[in-house]
Amino acid sequence: MMNLLREIYYVSWGDLKFLRHNAINVLIMSLVSPILYLVTFGYGLAPNMVESDLPYIAFIIPGIIALSSLNASFSSTATRFNVQRLYYRSFDNMMVSPLSNAGIVLGKTTLGVVRGLLSCTFIFILGLFLAPQLMLTPLFVFSLILSCYTFSLLGVTAALLAKSHQTMAAFSSLVILPMTFLCGTFFALENLPPLMQAILYGFPLTHSSSILRAASLGWEFPWLSLLALAGFFVAFFLVDIHLIKTRKI
Amino acid sequence: MDNIIVIENIVKRFGDHTAVDGLSLDIGRGEIFGFLGPNGAGKTTTVRLMTTLANLDEGRIVIDGHDISKDPIKAKRCLGLIQQNVSLDKELTVYENMMHHAMFQKIPKAERRKRIEELIEYVELDRYRDYMVNSLSGGWKKRVAIVCSLLHNPKILFLDEPTVGLDIDARRKLWDLIKKMNKDGTTVFLTTHYIEEAEAICDRVGIIDNGRLIALDSPKELRNRIGRMAVEYYGEDGKTEYRYFPGRQEANDFATNLGNDYTVIVRRTNLEDCFVEITGKKVGGLR
Repeated sequence: MMNLLREIYYVSWGDLKFLRHNAINVLIMSLVSPILYLVTFGYGLAPNMVESDLPYIAFIIPGIIALSSLNASFSSTATRFNVQRLYYRSFDNMMVSPLSNAGIVLGKTTLGVVRGLLSCTFIFILGLFLAPQLMLTPLFVFSLILSCYTFSLLGVTAALLAKSHQTMAAFSSLVILPMTFLCGTFFALENLPPLMQAILYGFPLTHSSSILRAASLGWEFPWLSLLALAGFFVAFFLVDIHLIKTRKI
Repeated sequence: MDNIIVIENIVKRFGDHTAVDGLSLDIGRGEIFGFLGPNGAGKTTTVRLMTTLANLDEGRIVIDGHDISKDPIKAKRCLGLIQQNVSLDKELTVYENMMHHAMFQKIPKAERRKRIEELIEYVELDRYRDYMVNSLSGGWKKRVAIVCSLLHNPKILFLDEPTVGLDIDARRKLWDLIKKMNKDGTTVFLTTHYIEEAEAICDRVGIIDNGRLIALDSPKELRNRIGRMAVEYYGEDGKTEYRYFPGRQEANDFATNLGNDYTVIVRRTNLEDCFVEITGKKVGGLR
């Protein structure tokens, strides 16, 4: 176990140095879209709307936090890993080193997790001023960390599958963008027809939104969604290990 | 001499194309081995198979006693790799790249800085240590890549076309560095397009074409195979012909008999002559 933790640290060290070199840029970039969503949907479109007996702004802030965990974690992991693998080819240095596949996969998620947590923390702090109903609970923190890890692992999957920047963009358009708007971040899933609901429960962001909203608003906690998100975490991890073993050029 | 690399009948296919086709080869400990071949012959694929960057379809590779399919981690501890395109993190500094490599190789924390300083001195990198890799010239990037691959004192260093894109001065400095590393005990496996590179530094040379090993010997023995002397001549049509002879006398006699219609050069045979004779191709392309 200590050996695995050491390997995760070794692999992530370079990415964290990169983050340090580019801290301000990275932080600003990861805050732009959540703030835009907040202003557009929270204030622009529905200042007087009520959703699930709550002011709409209080309803969407946990959704936007879930969305930020997806966007920041996925994109920072996938983009940097894709560049390292296909363009710098520095990923090869990792592959010829005596590191375990699990150490490499989990190490590569760290950048996404740190960026996701930073971005979500900022939104949460902002959210406390806009919606005093929000609560910081241990379950919320745990759910947020699990979300960031899950989406960062999805970023690793995308980077390992990508054959070019083009394929990365296609992955974002086909998987990430639909999740952004459909997975219960901006509205309650109950508003949709049952079939649509069933399909959307097949996406991790639906569960992430659901658990973060419940944990931060004091609603009954959907343990099944937590279990489902943990299932996605395990599935993405196993897929990544398989891809690292088999997708060698 | 015991063998530090044993390659047994390896095969690698990409769809219908067989890139490496039943290659078998042994590399002795302490050797500088040159791997020559035209473009697409299977040189880089062979290196990627030996360094675990590609998976074998058939056959077996043993690195310092460790089968790379069964025990890849132990095999990886023995090897360093320098690729044709410098594989460094260009958004980190020289020092950060070295430190990151030292971590990959699990060099104990107490030794990392010492080892990095030694190598910075070894290749005179001191004034560039805090430069972003992106801002360095090709030659210096290559030096950084080399020291990164040497941090863990690998028993075997794989160099895949290491001097492509370097100027003559940088290339010769790199040759000196390779010879110095070899003198310090590192086995070197080198693929190259540059025939003079193979002649200058390799103890043995293998020639690969269409994924198959078609010749294997020391540069001197390969030259002797076709004859020590070459006659290169061309007439009005501009097409150059080559003939090879065991000694200078036979070559001179042939040149004299050609008469005045040809421009004639009599010279020692080189590895390029062997390569062309054996493969029917120029290095890097078709004849």
